[in-house]
Amino acid sequence: MQRFKWLVPTLYIIFLMLPIYWLLNMSFKTTNEILGTFSLWPREFTLENYRTIFTDSTWYNGYFNSITYVVLNTVISVTVALPAAYAFSRYRFLGDKHLFFWLLTNRMAPPAVFALPFFQLYSAVGLFDTPLAVALAHALFNIPLAVWILEGFMSGIPRELDDTAYVDGYSFPRFFFKIFIPTIASGIGVTAFFTFMFSWVELLLAKTLTSVAAKPIAATMTKTASTSGYELGLLAAAGVLTIIPGAIVIYFVRNYIAKGFAMGRV
Amino acid sequence: MAHITLQDLKHSYNERPEDDDDWALKHLSFECEDGGAYALLGPSGCGKTTLLNIISGLLIPTEGRVLFDGKDVTGLMPDQRNIAQVFQFPVVYDTMSVYDNLAFPLRNRGLAGEAVDQRVRQIAAMIDLTDTLHQRAAGLSADGKQKISLGRGLVRADVNVIMFDEPLTVIDPHLKWQLRSKLKELHQQVGTTMIYVTHDQTEALTFADKVVVMYDGAVVQIGTPVELFEKPQHTFVGHFIGSPGMNILSCELDNGKPVLAGEVISANPIKQTPPTGTNLEIGIRPEFIHFAKSGLAVKIVRTSDAGHFSIVETLHKDQSIKLLVPEGAEIPTENAFIEFDKAHTQIYADSQIIT
Amino acid sequence: MAAKIKNQKAWFFVMPVVLLVAFNAVIPLMTVVNYSVQETFGNNLFFWQGIGWFEQVLNSERFQSSLGRQIVFTSIILAIEIPLGIAIALAMPRKGVGVSVCLVLMALPLLIPWNVVGSMWNIFALPEIGLLGKALNSLGFDYNFTRQPLSAWFTVILMDVWHWTSLVVLLAYAGLCSIPDAYYQAARIDGASRWAIFRFIQLPKMKRVLTIAVLLRFMDSFMIYTEPFVLTGGGPGNTTTFLSIDLVKTALGQFDLGPAAAMSLIYFLIVLLVSWVFYTLMMKDEVE
Repeated sequence: MQRFKWLVPTLYIIFLMLPIYWLLNMSFKTTNEILGTFSLWPREFTLENYRTIFTDSTWYNGYFNSITYVVLNTVISVTVALPAAYAFSRYRFLGDKHLFFWLLTNRMAPPAVFALPFFQLYSAVGLFDTPLAVALAHALFNIPLAVWILEGFMSGIPRELDDTAYVDGYSFPRFFFKIFIPTIASGIGVTAFFTFMFSWVELLLAKTLTSVAAKPIAATMTKTASTSGYELGLLAAAGVLTIIPGAIVIYFVRNYIAKGFAMGRV
Repeated sequence: MAHITLQDLKHSYNERPEDDDDWALKHLSFECEDGGAYALLGPSGCGKTTLLNIISGLLIPTEGRVLFDGKDVTGLMPDQRNIAQVFQFPVVYDTMSVYDNLAFPLRNRGLAGEAVDQRVRQIAAMIDLTDTLHQRAAGLSADGKQKISLGRGLVRADVNVIMFDEPLTVIDPHLKWQLRSKLKELHQQVGTTMIYVTHDQTEALTFADKVVVMYDGAVVQIGTPVELFEKPQHTFVGHFIGSPGMNILSCELDNGKPVLAGEVISANPIKQTPPTGTNLEIGIRPEFIHFAKSGLAVKIVRTSDAGHFSIVETLHKDQSIKLLVPEGAEIPTENAFIEFDKAHTQIYADSQIIT
Repeated sequence: MAAKIKNQKAWFFVMPVVLLVAFNAVIPLMTVVNYSVQETFGNNLFFWQGIGWFEQVLNSERFQSSLGRQIVFTSIILAIEIPLGIAIALAMPRKGVGVSVCLVLMALPLLIPWNVVGSMWNIFALPEIGLLGKALNSLGFDYNFTRQPLSAWFTVILMDVWHWTSLVVLLAYAGLCSIPDAYYQAARIDGASRWAIFRFIQLPKMKRVLTIAVLLRFMDSFMIYTEPFVLTGGGPGNTTTFLSIDLVKTALGQFDLGPAAAMSLIYFLIVLLVSWVFYTLMMKDEVE
């Protein structure tokens, strides 16, 4: 029994890694090799695909655009969610329960439903094709999520902390920034991770709200795949590069993920 | 019901224990008589929970054997040992009713129908859960849940020993004594061997016939509550039991008589003269010191009222001595003399009693 | 914990959130409602249509079959991912140096952009070039996801299992880790079987996180768009056209604003309703 304890997780991870390996494999192959022969590893190892991406501005701009709106979204979501989550966790006020529920319903809204109205809305206010538009659009589902996760963390902190600070003569803003925020730092980390994640992986809205200037990397890829025919190597290399930011982020928050999940609030 | 023998137990959580600190249990042997009520008493981290888990079979000791009625059970699983345990935090099966919780250990052992029903009702009556039998266990208060845990142990007729791991930790203070006296009553009723782990001396002394005091992975004394009080075998026991604890005063020996800062004290005769260089101490409980016309000159430092008596803190030279004075007795204000009760004055060499 | 204080000023704290979400949710939703009851022939001329579009959408065979496919798809992936996720979480060791590595590797698919997931599986499953396609064909299966509906469905489901089972694993694992050791010890003492431990300790203690897992997987799989769109484009034919793909085709492809809007509202309501029913059913016992 002890000896086989890693068997199931290992098999599962192998299953998870196979398609990723295949993508990596393809990214190091030449187009000729991809189309000509079937091989489990690159016979004519090449970095040409990566070189193309790093030298072509539409590619690296795509990365830049994606990172821009994802970071923007994370900052916006966490910043506005912090006071709101505090209010929900500490106070009762008119319509609080309904408001909380209404916020959550937005997490249940299919992005496809909002694609067209968002297009019109952001065109009307002149934000179309800017990273800000995508960041704001993603806030639709990320803010409710952020409020939800943060509220869970804040409810776990006893009110006595607040009261003690006031007795000690702290003003509210000073208490909030000097004491409260450091106390829930790990909660903020978990929240930032999930807002980052959902903004990073979403494409439908990101693609709908941009055309040239702010086009995300993922959309650049789709375009390449359809226009230049069968440049699978290039597509694979671009795909590999989009996995890297996610992998880095997971690595940094690995100890918090399980904790965040344990709150049951994702 | 069983007679439990622990032989030369040693346990370490490290796979390769090196120095002394790696051992959670250093070296320990003792016996629990069939049907006795025992308490394992000691501060947090003294190894009492480790010992409990070894008896219940949740841990296999690194060295030594556990015998139930002379039969070696060291390698047996908890369910094969036929023991019961009540944990610090109430463990109930949330989705089941109180009835099903109590029936669970029986059903797992293949019993069914009438036999289960009868036994469950009998136990429920014993622990006052009859009214709530068909409620969901999750809905009960903490003391109700602890009763269920206990009931799951009692329900098995042939259980060898029931163990309690600080079972009153999460119980409201006003319910603690109720549950404690219920336990005592149950013990008299069913006569099962019970072992009760706690760091609270009141719980240990009121529950147990015999208290096993543990300190730093070892047993320092096994005895009845009276023995622990009157003749602590180790300064730790003197210190830990009693409120306030025993006065421990460093002294010297002169012709077999203890000398405290130049003054000879009358104490119990020592059995064996310790080698020179050992650390010698006088132990005397505050209960056995009184003010006198002459004797040890002390300065009164502080008096605090503790209900039926007062605790007086005095200073003799640079050693602090506490004494208990009954309510109403006169307490000198500044300088006074005190006298030790000879029969209760013990001498310790390197913390072990030598009188 | 002390009861919450009644304080209407708390509205100032939630105001930024309300404004932002309202801007994002209320205005577009009004637009959708607006379109859904009107007819347009371009030039910004609109005519009152009433519930006509709703009737048309609900009665159209196209919507019904998309909805049908959506329900089948979501049911299948829930039936696979939830038990599989629980099983893997149960098999994971609770402690050890490997756990952290395991969790990181398992979380990896969750952070891959959805269209990359689609592309990756496209490359992985291509009959001649992909590892999966080649392997299946050489094993004697006639596998080609761009031509055969069955292959396409198999691939889309396998992709979703690959993509999202980890979420269930992570949630279930977190739930398992929060069970105190005493429960397992008590169960061993009570002589509980492995199954009884699962049924009476682990499952009840995981209920909360599993509710979240089922809800999330229901919602997200019901809204799925990018991955199958990139992988199969909804084909072959319409066999993998799920609700979102259909909706985007109608709205952005054909620019049929009225039907698309009516469909959007129906769609949104279905997700809300089913989520609410799920939630109420699974949390029923919690309220006492």
